[in-house]
Amino acid sequence: MTDHAFKNGAVRWIDSRLPVFSILYHSTSGYPTPKNLNYWWNFGSLALFMLVVMVLTGIFLAMNYTPESTMAFNSVERIMRDVDYGWLLRYMHANGASFFFFVVYVHIFRGLYYGSYKAPRELLWWLGLIIYILMMATAFMGYVLPWGQMSFWGATVITNLFSAIPWVGNAITTWLWGGFAVGNPTLNRFFSLHYLLPFVIFAVVGLHLWALHTSKSSNPLGIDPKGPQDTIPFHPYYTVKDLFGVGILVCVYAFFVFFAPNFFGEPDNYIPANPLVTPNHIVPEWYLVAFYAMLRSIPNKLAGVLVLAAALLILFLVPFLDTSRVRSGKFRPVYKQFFFLFLIDFGVLIYVGMQEVSDTMVVIGRVATAYYFLFFLVIMPLLGWFEKTKPLPISISAPVLKPENAQVKKQEKA
Amino acid sequence: MRTALVAAAAAFAASTLVALAPLPSQAADSPNWSWTGIFGKYDPAQLQRGFQVYHDVCSNCHSLSLLYYRNLGGDGGIGLSDDDVKKFAAEKQVPDEPNDQGDVKPRAARPSDHFVAPFPNNNAARAANGGALPPDLSLIVKAREGGPNYVYDILTGFTDPPKDVKVPDGKYYNKTFAGNLISMPPPITKDSLVTYADGTKNSVEQESQDIVAFLNWAAEPELNVRHNLGIKVLIFAGILTLLAYAVKRKIWADVH
Repeated sequence: MTDHAFKNGAVRWIDSRLPVFSILYHSTSGYPTPKNLNYWWNFGSLALFMLVVMVLTGIFLAMNYTPESTMAFNSVERIMRDVDYGWLLRYMHANGASFFFFVVYVHIFRGLYYGSYKAPRELLWWLGLIIYILMMATAFMGYVLPWGQMSFWGATVITNLFSAIPWVGNAITTWLWGGFAVGNPTLNRFFSLHYLLPFVIFAVVGLHLWALHTSKSSNPLGIDPKGPQDTIPFHPYYTVKDLFGVGILVCVYAFFVFFAPNFFGEPDNYIPANPLVTPNHIVPEWYLVAFYAMLRSIPNKLAGVLVLAAALLILFLVPFLDTSRVRSGKFRPVYKQFFFLFLIDFGVLIYVGMQEVSDTMVVIGRVATAYYFLFFLVIMPLLGWFEKTKPLPISISAPVLKPENAQVKKQEKA
Repeated sequence: MRTALVAAAAAFAASTLVALAPLPSQAADSPNWSWTGIFGKYDPAQLQRGFQVYHDVCSNCHSLSLLYYRNLGGDGGIGLSDDDVKKFAAEKQVPDEPNDQGDVKPRAARPSDHFVAPFPNNNAARAANGGALPPDLSLIVKAREGGPNYVYDILTGFTDPPKDVKVPDGKYYNKTFAGNLISMPPPITKDSLVTYADGTKNSVEQESQDIVAFLNWAAEPELNVRHNLGIKVLIFAGILTLLAYAVKRKIWADVH
């Protein structure tokens, strides 16, 4: 671990006792990264950036928020009106959730396309999925905190899912609520957990990075680096590339925060929670809505909840369900098409989940749900046997170093 | 490939900018609100006219509980002088702190007080309005799909009912309201227009626009500051991104 000789004596002194500098070195300048990572590989660092933004804004929001059911709504409005730049904190936090999920979805779909979950990166993939599920729980509880109509009724609908469990369902929901309906005790515990879970996420992100730095980054070609000619140090190459990515993200994010801050929100959540009035159309945030669409497609409540849980759990089996020996979708012409269909399918599920229930929507939702499972349970395992993959390049450097390509490069530069 | 991606990202950013700039979306027959678009700002004269409408008309039934009288003046306000703010506050009575004998006496409201609601509680409000509760207006623009356009359409949506619709007592026909039967009597009519203090010629459309502007301000008083800061942040982040890209190109120049 301490093979790197630091010039500074103080650094050497500390490092021989507590190797923080060695760890930093091995995660940055000393971390060999495939040199062919494309911009889809930016989204991991973007996700970390969003997590930091969420935690920082959240800490300051919590200083001004009151988790009490008769005061929560007005305390959020007090943040918007009377706390200095409180509107900025809250809009950054509320829109930040959407951007965090967007970035993480791109990150997950990138992993699916390029086969980043395959050996030796199964644990890396599972840790990522745990982060994703923790994020969903955190986001759901955070959405309850403003205690508007959608907060209250969203909490009611989602916690009621647990009542589908046979025998003990109702006892579990009562236990979750801390009463016989969503109320002040529910709000209190959701606030507590909403503050706790991000730090759990941080810890799992640490493990995720640890696993990453052990198995090393995958790459768009899906072949392992053959030597130092195939890799470049993470710092400065990918730190500067990630900085550029963060810049673009900040531009788009800032646009929504400052000019369309309620674009992702529901108007109903600006009405204080009222247990006696049900909103016409209860809908979760867009990042959870695909699974809500699956739930609504199933006529039986328990079956619906099981399908919802299965849709998430099946992602953990992906390393075993994918039987192909080729990692990257780049060399898998058939998988590629099914993958893009899956991407569209997920988009359709989001769309269906946002619409009001109608006969057409139920049919579309069922077809989309069926394809979601078909993709993982049937297509993925079968393709490994039947798909004729394209030939893999010999090494990461090979495609670039071919004489004719090198020639083209030179001409471009001249 | 790299350039193509950057171009795609820039195109995406630009298209969202173009697509969303005039939020909230403008229906064809809706007024042009002064605060939409990234350079949009409130018109203080319009806000003051709107406040006059709230003061003379809406406040008879609707509360504005999230606002303080002090919000009317100062930097984020509608441009009223401190004296005017005090004057408007003092029109209302609020219970004072208990005195040494423990008696609670009324006192005139101060700028530091919340807007005083027209009714002591929801039941009183319902009793005075045929069973219907006039909603608080602090967030009405943000709490309705369509925002300012929806509120404007409600205010201008009172028409004669179609022949086959029977309007019960205490209900009024409104073409915008869900179900078309609303409990609010038409608040702005040709015969009951407010005479504006600033001499602006009034009409149902004018008065409806002015009150919607005021209510939009009440719902998002930070808008002027937000737009102003947002432009600076976008310029800063844009330049930073370009610089980062330039540095990235330079550092990556030797990677093949």
